[in-house]
Amino acid sequence: MTAPATHVSAPAPHHYTTLGLDSRKVAIWAFIGSECMLFVSLISTYLIYKGRSIVGPFPHETWTDPATGHVFKPILNIPVTSASTFVLLMSSLFMVLALAAVQNKEKPKHTRGERILGSSRLWLWMTAIAGATFLGFQAFEFTSFVHEGLSIRTNLFGSSFFTLTGFHGAHVTAGVIWLVTLLAIDYRRGLGPRDSLLVDIAALYWHFVDVIWIVIFTLVYLIR
Amino acid sequence: MATTARPAPKHSPDAYGEHSGLWSWLSTVDHKRIGVLYLYTALFFFMFGGVEAIIIRAQLGAPNQHLVSAEFYNQLFTMHGTTMIFLAIMPLSAAFFNFLIPLQIGARDVAFPRLNAFSYWVYLFGGIFITIPILFAVAPNDGWFGYAPLTTRAYSPGINIDFWVIGLLILGVSSLAAAFNFLTTIINLRAPGMTLMRMPMFTWMAFIVQVLLVLAFPVVTIALVFLLFDRFFGTNFYNTVSAGADPLLWQHLFWIFGHPEVYILVLPAFGLVSEVLPTYSKKPLFGYPVMVYSGILIAVLGFGVWAHHMFAVGLGPIADTFFGLTTMLIAIPTGVKIFNWIATMAQGSIRYTTAMLFGIGLVALFTIGGISGIMHASPPADLQQTDTYFIVAHFHYVLFGGSIMGIFGGIYHYFPKITGRLMDEKLGKIHFWLTVVAMNLTFFPMHFSGMLGMPRRIYTYDAGQGWDLFNAMSTAGAMIFPIAMLVFIYNFFVSRKRGEIAGSNPWGAGTLEWTIPSPPPEYNFAKIPTVTSRYPLWEGKEVDYECARINSQEGKTSADLGIVMPYSTIKPLLVALGLVTMFCGLIFARALIGVGAALMIFSLYSWLLSPLEPEHD
Repeated sequence: MTAPATHVSAPAPHHYTTLGLDSRKVAIWAFIGSECMLFVSLISTYLIYKGRSIVGPFPHETWTDPATGHVFKPILNIPVTSASTFVLLMSSLFMVLALAAVQNKEKPKHTRGERILGSSRLWLWMTAIAGATFLGFQAFEFTSFVHEGLSIRTNLFGSSFFTLTGFHGAHVTAGVIWLVTLLAIDYRRGLGPRDSLLVDIAALYWHFVDVIWIVIFTLVYLIR
Repeated sequence: MATTARPAPKHSPDAYGEHSGLWSWLSTVDHKRIGVLYLYTALFFFMFGGVEAIIIRAQLGAPNQHLVSAEFYNQLFTMHGTTMIFLAIMPLSAAFFNFLIPLQIGARDVAFPRLNAFSYWVYLFGGIFITIPILFAVAPNDGWFGYAPLTTRAYSPGINIDFWVIGLLILGVSSLAAAFNFLTTIINLRAPGMTLMRMPMFTWMAFIVQVLLVLAFPVVTIALVFLLFDRFFGTNFYNTVSAGADPLLWQHLFWIFGHPEVYILVLPAFGLVSEVLPTYSKKPLFGYPVMVYSGILIAVLGFGVWAHHMFAVGLGPIADTFFGLTTMLIAIPTGVKIFNWIATMAQGSIRYTTAMLFGIGLVALFTIGGISGIMHASPPADLQQTDTYFIVAHFHYVLFGGSIMGIFGGIYHYFPKITGRLMDEKLGKIHFWLTVVAMNLTFFPMHFSGMLGMPRRIYTYDAGQGWDLFNAMSTAGAMIFPIAMLVFIYNFFVSRKRGEIAGSNPWGAGTLEWTIPSPPPEYNFAKIPTVTSRYPLWEGKEVDYECARINSQEGKTSADLGIVMPYSTIKPLLVALGLVTMFCGLIFARALIGVGAALMIFSLYSWLLSPLEPEHD
């Protein structure tokens, strides 16, 4: 999950640091530690409320509304979410390639393959597009759930599900904005090895958001 | 007072010399000036919360009084707690974190100077946001721990709780941003040779507090987000009536934050006292490593005791036993600290300065609070004591006798470093004794009124229940506090202008912050020191003394020395303003959300894309 830490540009001579690392790298780890507690709280609440909703729709079980006799099918669409999960996991691969491309920007490239692997813009675009695609899947999922009768107000499941996955979606959104910002810098002046820290911390955040999704996908979608 | 006619140090005029004027304060990124901003703001809120307390005590001074209405009384005790915890004690600690951490570890500033300014401005705007409503009698009114479902829209329909939820979310942003900053600073900006086990104890305790903040604040953030969503968007997190929500969800989430919060409030004071006691005993801190380990142990155990705030809800014998035992375990590392402080003083050549008196005051008074704490660590005892004035007595001994005594000790100890002048000792001692008398007269009788069954949060009571005398005593004690504070404020402002010139090390202390001029130049250390011991001025090697000699020279500017300092900038303030405007939009006009978000995003990008400091050549 961690990107190689050895390529961080050396801190400027007037900024001595104890670890020899740029402070931003230390801070992003502290931030990730804090974010873990944020998601732990959200996920715990989801799990505590699992199976305690009084009315449906439910995630994995069918439910018949006693008042209307309407039958609600299990609401989670696991094949579609598996596809979006795959896209998000691939985005982490693209992110690794983007970081490597930035770090190796100044190495000579001979073959077409090396040139493709060495294009930071390509891989940043791919990462951002994969993230945006995941968000598109999530928007589709949310609207279809509302259409089928589950909103954030319907029951405990709806409240905890939309809040948990919505918080994750907000984190992906922030990540996509971060990536687009990096792309803007790349187009304006070109990202090189001296900027690898900028991409490195974005990558750490991006991988973290990915890892959290693996936990959410497993606990919310796969485990009944 | 100022009887000596020594000339003022060159760079001391008005403490911060050429950088004066309102704009320089609005745009400062200097950790020392931000520390001073925190100090003044937090002292203001401390007095604001004190006025609320005095109205509470006036109302309770005799049975059947109707000085304030029951509704306004609810707002008073809610805001007294909220103000003292989030707007007074935490920011007073933050004032010391800001001012001292870089000085104690030999750094020129914190890791992220602009983020530091941002933390302060968010705190200030958030503090104003949550304080204004009480002036219009629409303040939060459900207690500082805002139990849901009581705080949901169904039971608290007004805007009172909206202010509380949103205000605490805003203040959480400030605390978290500051915590990431200080954590990184302590990990990464220590001078060469400043190993972890050579760090001054205040910095160690600050380090532990940042870890607690980083791990505990996200939990309450989520609890508050749930409440916000319940109130504004109709979610069901705390909807126990029609959705089957768990009535204990809030309590668990809140106290998983709330108990570490207690250590967030008291560990900085422990750190300050661990600087004060050795200095005036002329002895290194006794059992330094054990002090570090006990601090860490307190923090770790602090995450495993939250349900002792919930014994009365009936969690069952296994949970009660577990949380009772872990709570009693915390007494061990805490007791170790008390004994180590006493051992530090033992056989020392003690000077009874004001700072030392406050330090000793902490050791004595906090111990009383600690002992009553062990009493209600036992669930059966707690069932008798919970929600009575006994608990009020307990946590005021901990938070006033612990945190506030330590912080006052810290103010007297570090005032000369901050301003370059000494505070008046005679007035300081008057302040100390008045505070001790006021504190014990106010809070000690509460043990008895509590044991006699007087509940917390009642706005009045009938005569003849045995509570009258104790309440009259508490009220009499509370009326002494303003006198003590007036003495303090007078002393503070007069000494700031006319106090005796302090010099770099007026107390003969041993740590790095005393090697540099008072007040310190903007770059702190002309030469980043190399550290060989815990007390470089007491037991250092030649290299320590050489660094101290260079760094104590006055009157050099950063330009003279070729030191690159960060640009001052208004952008952190604008981002903070945008953030708070955005939150205001939830209550006032939805359009503000867009305005605030636009201001925040624009200023944030402008901040991130502009360089921190001039290019180094």
